[in-house]
Amino acid sequence: MDVVRENSRNPNAIAYAVLLVGALIFPELMFFLGGDSNDFLVSLAADGGVFVLMAIGLNVVVGFAGLLDLGYAAFFAIGSYTYGMLASQQLIGSPLHTALHVPFWIALFVGLFIAAAAGALLGAPTLRLRGDYLAIVTLGFGEIVPRFFKNPHLNAWTSSVNGISALDVPTLPAWITGPWAGTDLAIEQNFRFVSFNYTAWYVLIVLLIILSVLAVNNLQRSRLGRAWMAVREDETAAAAMGVNTVTIKLLAFAIGASVSGFAGAFYGAKLSLVSPDQFTFIVSITILSMVVLGGMGNIPGAIIGAIVLYAVLYYFLPAAPQAVSGWVQAIGLGSLNNVTPNWPGLAEFVHRLQFIMFGLILVGTMLLRPQGLLPSRLRAQELKRGVHDEPVTSAAAPV
Amino acid sequence: MSAALARVPVILRSWGNTQFSSLLGLLIVAVAVALTLGQVFAHGATYFFQILVIGVADGAIYALIALGYTMVYGIIELINFAHGDVFTLGAFVSLALMPMFGVTEGKAGIGWLFPMILIALATMLICGGINVAIERIAYRPLRHAPRLAPLITAIGMSAILEGAMYIWRGPFNLHYPDLLPDVAINFGPIQLSTKDVIVIVVAVIMVVALTMFINLSKLGKAMRATAQDRDAAQLMGIDINRTIAATFFIGAVLAATGGIIYGLYINNVTFDLGFISGLIAFTAAVFGGIGNIPGAALGGLLIGIIGAFNNGYFDSSWTEIIIFGILIATLVFRPTGLLGMRVPEK
Repeated sequence: MDVVRENSRNPNAIAYAVLLVGALIFPELMFFLGGDSNDFLVSLAADGGVFVLMAIGLNVVVGFAGLLDLGYAAFFAIGSYTYGMLASQQLIGSPLHTALHVPFWIALFVGLFIAAAAGALLGAPTLRLRGDYLAIVTLGFGEIVPRFFKNPHLNAWTSSVNGISALDVPTLPAWITGPWAGTDLAIEQNFRFVSFNYTAWYVLIVLLIILSVLAVNNLQRSRLGRAWMAVREDETAAAAMGVNTVTIKLLAFAIGASVSGFAGAFYGAKLSLVSPDQFTFIVSITILSMVVLGGMGNIPGAIIGAIVLYAVLYYFLPAAPQAVSGWVQAIGLGSLNNVTPNWPGLAEFVHRLQFIMFGLILVGTMLLRPQGLLPSRLRAQELKRGVHDEPVTSAAAPV
Repeated sequence: MSAALARVPVILRSWGNTQFSSLLGLLIVAVAVALTLGQVFAHGATYFFQILVIGVADGAIYALIALGYTMVYGIIELINFAHGDVFTLGAFVSLALMPMFGVTEGKAGIGWLFPMILIALATMLICGGINVAIERIAYRPLRHAPRLAPLITAIGMSAILEGAMYIWRGPFNLHYPDLLPDVAINFGPIQLSTKDVIVIVVAVIMVVALTMFINLSKLGKAMRATAQDRDAAQLMGIDINRTIAATFFIGAVLAATGGIIYGLYINNVTFDLGFISGLIAFTAAVFGGIGNIPGAALGGLLIGIIGAFNNGYFDSSWTEIIIFGILIATLVFRPTGLLGMRVPEK
């Protein structure tokens, strides 16, 4: 009971508890409410979990270390393509002439390390510069990576515009199966994650999220985490206190990238497809909006921001055009649904709102509640009162 | 600092070593120049000039956008991500104004010229007003916030502008009227069209006008003073807010001009045009030396030419990769840019 009493007024502990219970009962609830017809919601939730994972990773970069990464989807792409190349027939057509079929559990970590290495390689030359340069460099990198994978000259390795398909699925020695998969409760030997077994994918992503939260949470409370916050709040002061700012920022960048690589490998395996169009700028800005909306620098905040925005973008908005045009028909404004040269029709109009919403979330949050929905207390203070990070102009020596 | 750096692995540290990085940078430039020269000699002079003209015309448009980035960066040290979308907005607004002024495609003569100038002026005013409003709403309240905050609102403002244009005209390729006369001009091996000449001349006029304004007018002086030291400028009685607003207005005027001549030159615009163009123009600003006005013009020109050379002599699927590669390489090897005055701080 003591644990409950101690944490009953800590918003983060409450958020974690609610999230964990929610994650546990979500598939049962869906099954209970709609049976197999709600399967797609479990699948949607599993895809949403990928975004939750990425929000956790981006939160390390943007929230903890205060570095703006606008090309986060690039690391997602690198993770996905790593898995795609390592676990499919793809490389048989490449100069290697051998298809690699690395098991999912190993490829997951290979994706993680390659994404982290890419993050370190990109960060090493640019992290010495000020934060806004990093933002633009990551933006450029985010544009380069999908174009690189799409390039027709690399067709043998990445299948250019078509992407890599028919990826291997993860396997496990044993798994519990039951009514949710249409069978009796039993233990299945040599289990394969097939694409329509949504519950299995859902369980897997929830486990990966829990693993990442534990890891990132420990990092946050370590010496490294405190150094990140010191650098974020005042880089000059942090350097004067003996924090090696370059290494610290590089680690934030690489660790953030690694989580995205992790998510990318899972996403590739779940869709059984990797295509360059999955990793455009819109993905990067979606994840950034999730972190900003939820609360920069707070892990449960980033998770909640990701869940809220994902639900809006992928569940409510796709349904909205039809629903809205139904309503206006019902209240006698059906003419709004007609398409004229100057009016695309209400359904199309609602559909087009999607893009402007990111902008409104980013600007609105920063102006009205910069600490986000579920803030970190430290970060809230800093964002509200401001910090004194006036640049040191005497450091004028060229690099 | 060097003692602290000792823990970074040796290969990473050598990135920061001036001698090593300038050698490596020179080597890369030398290889690129040698490869290009080989291609130039293989394809002959006529082809070379053809590509050069395309590059200069593209570069002129990039330069107009890059000037806005560099001016805003110079004065408040903020990357105005929305600037590329102000450029697209220039094309969209002028396109919408055309029917009102009776400008249509296919009319002979230059009857379109006077209404087009009016359209351009109205577009500049509208884009300028919008850019000033963006500064007022999204950047000014955050001037003393942590640096991350205005960067996030800037990227948000970019999404809002793009979203607004998306709602307005949809995801389609819009045809922009082809008004400029297309007459071939020949000087020996150099073949160009009046279209190219008009684009280049308009850009040169704008750049010269801007340079004169900054160097000779009182407001221009206020801008230079504010860029140098905001507090001291304020103590000297300069209205900082007005000066910054003026900078945003002028930046938007240049971007709107860029948008109009882009439309007239390429004849095709989409709502998300400003994203990539803006990023390329920002690369140009960094390449030339951010905060430096002649640098932005030079950077734009060079980026345009490099892009055109790659399209013409090598393979267009690499062009954007090369341009963003230049962005990263500039920051690695020469963060001050080609003509840099303002040093991006460490």
